[in-house]
Amino acid sequence: MPPSIQALTHIYFRHNKKFPHVWCPGCGNGIVMGALLRAITRLELEKDEVVLASGIGCSGRMPTYLDFNTLHTTHGRALTFATGIKLANPALNVVAIMGDGDATAIGGNHLIHAARRNLNLTAIIINNSIYGMTGGQYSPTTPFGSTTTTSVYGHIEHAFSIAELAVTAGASFVARSTVYHAALADQLIEQAMVKPGFAVVEIISNCHVQYGRRNQIGNAIDMLNLFKEQAVTVKKAATMDSEELREKITIGVLADRDLPISTNEYKRIREQARADQGKKSI
Amino acid sequence: MTEEKRVRRLLQGNEAIVYGALAARCRFFAGYPITPASEIAEQLSVRLPAVNGTFIQMEDEIASIGAVIGASLAGVKAMTATSGPGFSLMQENLGFACAAEVPCVIVNVMRGGPSTGLPTSPAQGDVQMARWGTHGDHPIIVLAVSSVLDSFTITVKAFNLSERYRVPVLVLSDEVVAHTRESVELPLNSEVKVVDRIAPGMPPDWYKPYQEDARGVPPMAAFGDGYRHHVTGLVHDQDGFPTQNPQEVEKFHHRLSMKITKGLDDIQLTRKFYMEDAEFFVIAYGSVARSALRAVEEARRAGIRAGLVQLITLFPFPRRTLIPYLQQCHSVLVPELNLGQISREVQRINQGLCTVVKQNRVDGKLITPQEIYSRLVKLSAGPAG
Repeated sequence: MPPSIQALTHIYFRHNKKFPHVWCPGCGNGIVMGALLRAITRLELEKDEVVLASGIGCSGRMPTYLDFNTLHTTHGRALTFATGIKLANPALNVVAIMGDGDATAIGGNHLIHAARRNLNLTAIIINNSIYGMTGGQYSPTTPFGSTTTTSVYGHIEHAFSIAELAVTAGASFVARSTVYHAALADQLIEQAMVKPGFAVVEIISNCHVQYGRRNQIGNAIDMLNLFKEQAVTVKKAATMDSEELREKITIGVLADRDLPISTNEYKRIREQARADQGKKSI
Repeated sequence: MTEEKRVRRLLQGNEAIVYGALAARCRFFAGYPITPASEIAEQLSVRLPAVNGTFIQMEDEIASIGAVIGASLAGVKAMTATSGPGFSLMQENLGFACAAEVPCVIVNVMRGGPSTGLPTSPAQGDVQMARWGTHGDHPIIVLAVSSVLDSFTITVKAFNLSERYRVPVLVLSDEVVAHTRESVELPLNSEVKVVDRIAPGMPPDWYKPYQEDARGVPPMAAFGDGYRHHVTGLVHDQDGFPTQNPQEVEKFHHRLSMKITKGLDDIQLTRKFYMEDAEFFVIAYGSVARSALRAVEEARRAGIRAGLVQLITLFPFPRRTLIPYLQQCHSVLVPELNLGQISREVQRINQGLCTVVKQNRVDGKLITPQEIYSRLVKLSAGPAG
């Protein structure tokens, strides 16, 4: 029997932190946090060996509440800080937690290069298609035609598919879930944390307050039900054409490949550099 | 085992920064190529892995300083090096390092600006930006190097101050210092005094990462050391958690600035030449200080009682060192490769004590000893001269 979410909060919530948290009732961030904690529990990781680094936005507050080594960085930059931490101490399990605007607008460059570089990091991107904290402006994943506080006439830009972007950029492991598929989310996070190399888990989430309400989707439950309807597995999606997939969310593992890990490669460089320096005093 | 011996080397300023960083036990560098700072990255990419350190070339300067802060939080001394445009990009995360009190060293080899400016020419145009470039009130230490030997010793000093005060330290070099080759005899690493951050001694349960103490600089635990704590760029309380409580916010600001104020004697570095009986003097820093020293020596030979105060520490501005000289002298000449960035500071503290004379050059050329000497001759006739 896995521990209840209540048991997990007793183990992992910070006892000296002043609560409440900043998230709205029904926010999907809590589901993602639960999924992360279940994955960490199953992996039997010591709290001391886990680092959570976040960017800015609603998702950015997650590490504050949890009893790990935690870091709340600047907007879009979680992966850059995570890179430094991992390189300085490769024994740490470093998880970057980001939102869609955070990871793919202001931090888009860092995301693609982190994927290309293939450090052994895990990136969890909570994609709610909106800038929630700042009041509901359109983000790089806001669907065409949507209403937001900066697209009241309907959004005229096209959305990124974050997971597909990560596949193309070269990540070792890429997966997608939704907050409706919470059990899948924690399995995917577990797989991502175990996978050597850069691993991305995109989790489609609900911002019913800023997105759902303005786009007549409804409350948190309505949005979760929508995710349930929209979701198709990777296997199923392979049998569908792009027109059929237009309103769908592909869930599951999109990429899982073994590539050289840059921290391992760097060990080789260190050996070579030491050998070279032994030959001549540089 | 043979005893290590000092050797004389022909080095450029950028190389000496590399030697200084390694002597200070810097073991992490993240950077992005930029003229005229690239040699620092190139050489560290060769030398860091040999000492179990890490070099990484990031996708931009924003990422570079992010990685540097991350590495420092994980307990490794870290630095980056850049020039004006890259330094502009680093400003946001520089503020993070100030707020979260993360030791790190940022070298800015100044070139002509603004914007892409003059990539291969010297300038001192980033002085005020170094002090105030990142938003919000914040403490910071800014040091300037004037020679190849300085590039070594001041880089070591930068790391030591950074570790002691948990503050980012900026080292301003310039294109002339960076690319001039000089013959120098560097101290052996074993002769270099190295300061490390103080680790917490209390049990992890008692650790409050930002607790006020007499020194004002809390002990710093590395991620993974068992002292799990929260680090944020939000204004935070002594536990590291975000706060908007006015009393806690005020405390946060006061401690950040007081820890530097308490250390001023240690932080404010200057060099004085011929100041005992000087009737007027020069305040200079960086490569211009070399020209200034030559000009002052020339003036002395001509019987002119000129002196020089070379600023190593630009910020916090060494007011207490300079005020007695501003009282002693009838005028002060401030030559700079900008339109008057340190002369502003001199005017600010001078408050009518003596006449402040600016000497500026922004054409991408160094101010020559002859130019300064000519001004000294004129000034020797008195402030009106």
